[in-house]
Amino acid sequence: MWDVIEAPILWQGAWVTVQLTLYSAALAFALAFPFGLAGISRHAWVRAIGRFYVEVFRGLPALVLMFWFFYSLPLAGLRLETLFAGVAALGLNYGAYGAEVVRGALKAVPKTQFEAAVALNLRPAQRVRRVLLPQAVPLMLPTFGNQLVELMKATAIVSLISISDLMFRAQQLRSSTGEGAAVFLVILVMYFVIAQAMLLLVRYLERRSERTLGRVRAEGAAR
Amino acid sequence: MIWDWDYTRELLPSLLHGLRYTVQATLLGYVLAVLAGLLWAVLRRSGNVVVDQAVRWVVEFVRSTPLLVQLAFLYYALPATGVRFSALVTGVIGLGLHYSAYTAEVYRAGIADVPRGQWEAATALNLPRRRVWLAVVLPQAVRRVIPPLGNYLIAMFKDSPLLLVITVPEMMHEAQAAGSPTGRFLEPFTVAAVLFVFVSVVSSVLIRRLERRYGTV
Repeated sequence: MWDVIEAPILWQGAWVTVQLTLYSAALAFALAFPFGLAGISRHAWVRAIGRFYVEVFRGLPALVLMFWFFYSLPLAGLRLETLFAGVAALGLNYGAYGAEVVRGALKAVPKTQFEAAVALNLRPAQRVRRVLLPQAVPLMLPTFGNQLVELMKATAIVSLISISDLMFRAQQLRSSTGEGAAVFLVILVMYFVIAQAMLLLVRYLERRSERTLGRVRAEGAAR
Repeated sequence: MIWDWDYTRELLPSLLHGLRYTVQATLLGYVLAVLAGLLWAVLRRSGNVVVDQAVRWVVEFVRSTPLLVQLAFLYYALPATGVRFSALVTGVIGLGLHYSAYTAEVYRAGIADVPRGQWEAATALNLPRRRVWLAVVLPQAVRRVIPPLGNYLIAMFKDSPLLLVITVPEMMHEAQAAGSPTGRFLEPFTVAAVLFVFVSVVSSVLIRRLERRYGTV
């Protein structure tokens, strides 16, 4: 058991998992805002684009999307970097979940805020940037936090296209030591620790954003 | 594009056969998730601090670690217990236990929503603990949990391709097996993706309709 825990390749794998999580989260974040905003647009066709993105990429498992990028797209003439196939699949998938969170939070901002912004003659971009988003972002944070953990868990699938993340390293270690159960138990604990660290960070950000808004902390932001 | 319709037609039977495994694993896993989740939620209300905290951390652990790794762990750890499970059964156990950590949270919220007065009335009526749960609390809690539980069915369906890592012949496994000898992966994975979107969009429409009928909250 101890030689498993001390295996340096597991620690390298854990670092790759963290990096992958951050890259995919950045992509998901970048997609969630425009498509979430599209979901509350006045124009029906803009809303339709938002819905289409959300329905398709929420309906597709990240694994299916990733295999398609990795195995199928090259045959259609588009070759992606392996790492990019993984990050793109995860980012597109979680971007769709994120877009729904952004849309829900924007809709939860009281309508009077929007009306006041119109009355003050703010331009549409100003309404969103100065009035709606500052109030909506704190509402998004708890859900984003949980999704970050979900995303981190989902990164384990990249091992199937041989990106050397924690799961991939564990498979290597399993085939060299033959101790399947012990290896996977150890990396389960490692994943757990990464998840808890991420949750701590998100809770800290939540407290900070609530302070800047001068709001009282809601009781037990449940996952 | 180099899409081959004849090849697609050839593939379809094995993909649909795989889809049957996918659906089977999802439904069986779902039954396990719904039952085990309820058990966790009730145990957390047992009044025993040790049980409560133990269940809480186990659930938290299962929920914050990847299903893929849990499946691999079960696949190698279960045989050590002396019982041989087929890959499909191992997959169902993994899928079901993983999602029971989520359904437990749903039940917990549903139970917490039952007004305090109901518990107090049950105590005042001197009902035995069994009847407090079965006749008073759960019937009220279950109605509140139907919509979120329905969403987890779809989530589980989308996680079922992970079973390919423990060699369950579900749809993605079949698609990969079909393409491997020739390297022609465009058609199998595209068809599998279309089938996935189709089933999950149709079932989410169905579940929304069920919610409107039964989820009276």
